[in-house]
Amino acid sequence: MITKRIIPCLDVKDGRVVKGVNFLGLSDVSSPVELGKAYSDQGADELVFYDITASAEGRALFTDILREVASTIFIPLTVGGGINSVEDFDRVLKCGADKVSVNSGALRDPSLISAAARRYGNQCVVLSVDAKRQDGRFRVFAKGGREDTGLDAIEWIKQGVRSGAGEIVLNSIDTDGVKKGFDLEMLAAVCDAVDVPVIASGGAGRAEDFVTLFETLPKVDAGLAASIFHFGEVRIPDLKRTLRARGINVRL
Amino acid sequence: MIAIVDYGVGNLFSLSCSLRSLGAEVLVTGDAGAIRAADKVVLPGVGAFGDAAALLRERGLDRVVVEEARRGKPLLGICLGMQLLFERSLEYGEHPGLGLIPGQVEPIAPVIPRGYKVPHIGWNALRFPAGRPRSGLFRYVEEGECVYFVHSYYASRCDAYVTATAEYGAELTAAVERENVMGVQFHPEKSGAVGLRILRAFCEREGGR
Repeated sequence: MITKRIIPCLDVKDGRVVKGVNFLGLSDVSSPVELGKAYSDQGADELVFYDITASAEGRALFTDILREVASTIFIPLTVGGGINSVEDFDRVLKCGADKVSVNSGALRDPSLISAAARRYGNQCVVLSVDAKRQDGRFRVFAKGGREDTGLDAIEWIKQGVRSGAGEIVLNSIDTDGVKKGFDLEMLAAVCDAVDVPVIASGGAGRAEDFVTLFETLPKVDAGLAASIFHFGEVRIPDLKRTLRARGINVRL
Repeated sequence: MIAIVDYGVGNLFSLSCSLRSLGAEVLVTGDAGAIRAADKVVLPGVGAFGDAAALLRERGLDRVVVEEARRGKPLLGICLGMQLLFERSLEYGEHPGLGLIPGQVEPIAPVIPRGYKVPHIGWNALRFPAGRPRSGLFRYVEEGECVYFVHSYYASRCDAYVTATAEYGAELTAAVERENVMGVQFHPEKSGAVGLRILRAFCEREGGR
């Protein structure tokens, strides 16, 4: 039986992990390599790296860091941020990424999904969607949640999967940062609409939120979070033991 | 020296890094002479079977890999590289493989229940067939430990050579072995500490020349 995945997400800027990190027992808490290794040792099933660097120089630095992480940590790596072309896919895959996450780039040019899927396979293309309730529907937002695209999230996700996205990361803007649990309603709508793995993101505040997620929505494959792991509010080994104790199949 | 066969498919960065992290001397190469000179050969692969088999043939590397395997050199096929070891694949038509292990590669979808997603992707537990000695490749692994899979096709009609399986609504072939020829459907180079232990066991195998 395939296990449910727990995925910490690292935002990397100028070669460092940003969003205040307070990770116990680490000398250099802002090093993506150190932090990635710590998560890997603790049993993270996958790591997501977001490149939030603006300049081309920063991009080159990110690529160096990615290569360093990939040469020391042997679990699946997903990279996102600033992926606008098949060349961007190529750039990060060559540095050891296994999957590439697209968001704004796919909104600007939806053919990016099919072009990348044809070249690298569906399993390599992750469609990340920032969605929010608007007039009783789920709408896609761009630019880190600042801009309403007017697109219906469920339709956009269906179209993405038809084009070749092999996995969906659903970030609910409504629950993000609130720490009251994942957006079960939005996630249920997405799980009903597509047959590819769905990763829940946004809203986890404690281990119990992951239990509720996987118990309520058995079709969700993974839970993703950032700050609760970085701040040590939820420790991955404890989280996995809790999930196992509640009958949810995880890799210990 | 371990030769990782480079025939233009897939990303060999993590694979070479993981073997190097174990202290192995690794050469990523598409050169027939270098592959013949190596003590061990790893055949990686991602993508479609037909394309990969064609690329291997175009470069004349199919013959090299088969000849070296027949001379007794340890050969490890990973993911699509494992599937290439079989007689044929039914992925988008019928394509001949290297024929080093009897059996064929078939789609997963018809053998698993509805509601199971394809590809089979993620961490799944290894099961070892009862009543058979444990493969040396798994000497450092406990039954039930998880490894990372990404595949839509699986090896079938090869029961006599199966050394590990994974349960995914059906018992899917996770590893095969016929004398010095080994194959793993999962990615040991992406399977954390467990994967490294499997690669270590491969590195420790007596080399052949």
